[in-house]
Amino acid sequence: MAAIRRRRSPEMVTEYADDVGLFKTRGFQIGMLLLLVAYLAVPNTLDDFWIGVLNYCAFFAIGGIGLNLLTGYTGQVSLGHAFFVGVGAYSAAWFGGQQGWPMLLWLPMAALIGGALGALIGPVALRLHGNYLAIVTLGLLFLGEHIFIEWDSVTGGSRGTQVDASLAVGPLDFTALELFGTTFSREQGVFWLLWAVVGICALIAKNVVRTRPGRAMQAIRDRDVAAEVVGVSLVRYKVGAFAISSAMAAVAGAFYGAAIQRYVSPVEFGGTFGLILSITFVAVIIVGGMGTVFGSILGALVVGALPRIIQEYSGDIPFLQTSPTSDGILSVASFNNMLFGALIIVFLLVEPRGLAALWLRAKAWFKFWPFSY
Amino acid sequence: MEEFLQFVLSGIALGFKYALVALGFVIIFKATSVINFAQGGFVMLGAYFTYNFGTTWGLPFWLAVIMAMVATGLVGMVLERLVLRRMVGQPPFALIMITVGLLFVIQEVVTTIWGFDNLNLGDPWGVDVVNIGSLVISVSDIWTIVLGLVVVAAFFAFFRFSRLGLAMRATALDQEAALAQGMSAKKVWAISWAIAGAVAALAGVTIASGAGNLSPQVQFIALLAFPAIILGGVDSPGGAIVGGVIIGVTQTLTAGYQKDIGLAWLGEGFQSVMPYVVMLVILLVRPYGLFGTKEVKRV
Repeated sequence: MAAIRRRRSPEMVTEYADDVGLFKTRGFQIGMLLLLVAYLAVPNTLDDFWIGVLNYCAFFAIGGIGLNLLTGYTGQVSLGHAFFVGVGAYSAAWFGGQQGWPMLLWLPMAALIGGALGALIGPVALRLHGNYLAIVTLGLLFLGEHIFIEWDSVTGGSRGTQVDASLAVGPLDFTALELFGTTFSREQGVFWLLWAVVGICALIAKNVVRTRPGRAMQAIRDRDVAAEVVGVSLVRYKVGAFAISSAMAAVAGAFYGAAIQRYVSPVEFGGTFGLILSITFVAVIIVGGMGTVFGSILGALVVGALPRIIQEYSGDIPFLQTSPTSDGILSVASFNNMLFGALIIVFLLVEPRGLAALWLRAKAWFKFWPFSY
Repeated sequence: MEEFLQFVLSGIALGFKYALVALGFVIIFKATSVINFAQGGFVMLGAYFTYNFGTTWGLPFWLAVIMAMVATGLVGMVLERLVLRRMVGQPPFALIMITVGLLFVIQEVVTTIWGFDNLNLGDPWGVDVVNIGSLVISVSDIWTIVLGLVVVAAFFAFFRFSRLGLAMRATALDQEAALAQGMSAKKVWAISWAIAGAVAALAGVTIASGAGNLSPQVQFIALLAFPAIILGGVDSPGGAIVGGVIIGVTQTLTAGYQKDIGLAWLGEGFQSVMPYVVMLVILLVRPYGLFGTKEVKRV
C-alpha cells in the first residue's frame, strides 16, 4: 500500500480535503516562502516611488479581495464598492484622527461600520438580480456622496478632511519604523503594514471560500434557486457576502485615508468619480480573475500600477501629450481611462477568467505532463 | 398653486429628457437583456455629431440631427458587431462590464476629438420661451416632449405591428426558441443597437440645446435615467416615459418644496439624489418596477 502511495503523483488528489488544503503542495509552500522573502526584501531594494506604487496596489488588493468574494464567488454585481471604501476612509478620519484611537481600535471599527452598512444592502440584494442590483448599488454612490457632503461635522463637508490616524501597533510605528538601528522611510513602513493586511485578508478570504460558507456562496452564484432548494440559506449568505466584502472595502478605504492619501474628500468616493473607483475595483477582479483570491492581488498589481507606469514613461510613448502645450493626440489621463476600458473589454472577450487562469493553465500543463494537451 | 404647476411643468420637461435616454436603454434591454451602460456615451456622441454637422460643417440643423442619429446608430451597430455579439450567453455581470468598458473608450474618444470646452449646439430655438397663461416653458422643452411622445408612439407601433418588432420581443423572451422559429437573433441585436444609438443622439440634442450647453457633462444624464428605467420597468417603453416623468417631477418638487415641508436637514442639492431614494423605495415594494415584466421563478 505504501509503495503505491509513493508512486502516485503528489499533485493528484483523492479526497476533497486534499483538494481544499491551504498549503497542499511542495510547490505552493516554496512559492509562499518566495513571497515572504520578496515581502521582506522589496522595500529595501526599490526606491520610494515604486514602493509608493505598490502601496497603492495594496489598497486595490484589499478592496479587490472583498469585491471578489461578493461578485466572483457569490455572483452579486456591485457598483457601490467605492461607497464602502469612503465609509472606511471617513471612519479612519473620525475614530483614528479626531478621536485619536490607536490603530488596533480604529481599524476594526472601520471594518465593523463598513460591514454593518454592507449587511443593510443585503436584504435589497435578496429581492434583486444582476442588472437591477447593479443600478441600486450605483444609486448608493450618489446617496453616499450626498451624505459625505452633508454630514460635515464628521466628514469635513465638500472640502474634505485630513486623516491623522496613527499607524502604530504598540511600539511599532509604521510611519517611522526603526528596527535594528535602521530607520525606514514612511513608504517602506507602510509597505510592510499594507501588504501584511493584504496577506491577512487573502487568508481570511481563502478560508471563507474553502469551507462551508464558500461552497454555499458559489452555489448561489451558479444558480440561486437551486441553492435554496438544497438548503442553502440565501438570506444568510447573501447578506454575509455583502457584509464581509464591505468590511474589506472599508479596511481598504481606511488605509487609503490614513496611509496613502492622508486627505479625503467626498467626490473621491461618490458620484461619477466614485463610479470610476467602483469600476476600477471591478476591473481589478476581471483582469485578475473572477472567483480566485490570488487573482484579486494580480489584478490589483496591474490596475494599480499601470497608470503610474504610463505617467512615468509618458515621454517615451509617441502619441501621448505630456503637457498641454506639447505635441500628441491624447492626454495621459485620457489614455489611462481609454486603456482601462479597453482592458476590461479585452479580458472579458479573450480571457474572462483573468490572469489567474493563465497561471492555472500553466500549472495544469506541468501537472499533467506528458498529457498536457 | 401657480408655483406648483410651474414646478410640475418643468419636472415633466426634465422627465422627458430622462425618458428619451431611458428609451435607448429599454430597446436594447428588450431585445438583448443587456443594460447598456454605454448609453450615456451614445448620448454624448450624438450631441457632438450634431455639433460637428451643424456648427462645424454648417448644415441645416434638422439635417445635422438626422445625420447624427444615423451616425450614432451606425456606431452602435459597429460596437454590437465587434464586441457585444461575442458576448452572447454570458452572465449579466460580464455584459454590464463590457458596456462600461465601451463607455470609458467612447467618452475619451469624444473629449480627445472635441475637447472639454462648452460649445453651442447651433439649435434653432436657443433659449426661447413660451408663456402658457402664467406658466413658462422653453421651446426646446416643448420639442423634447413632442419628440419623446413621437418616439414612444413609434416604438409602440414598431413592437406591436412590425415583423421585426415581433422578432425582437420573441428574441428577448426566449432566444433559443426564437432562433428555432427562424428569427435572426443577429439581425435583432444589430438593429436594436442601431435604434438605441439613434434615440440617444436625439436625447443628446435635447439635453445639449441652448447656449454653451454642450460639454462632456451631457453623458451624466444617463445616470439619472437609470432610476427612471428601474421605476418604469426595464423593458417597457411606456414605463420609460412614466418613470422619467416621475423622476423629473420628483426632482423639481423636491427642489421647490424641501425647505417648506421641514426637510431642510436633508441638505442642499437633495433633489439630485431624490431619484435614487424613490427608486430604492419602489424596488423594495415592486422589484420589477411599475410596468416591468415579472421574472418567473420556478421552484
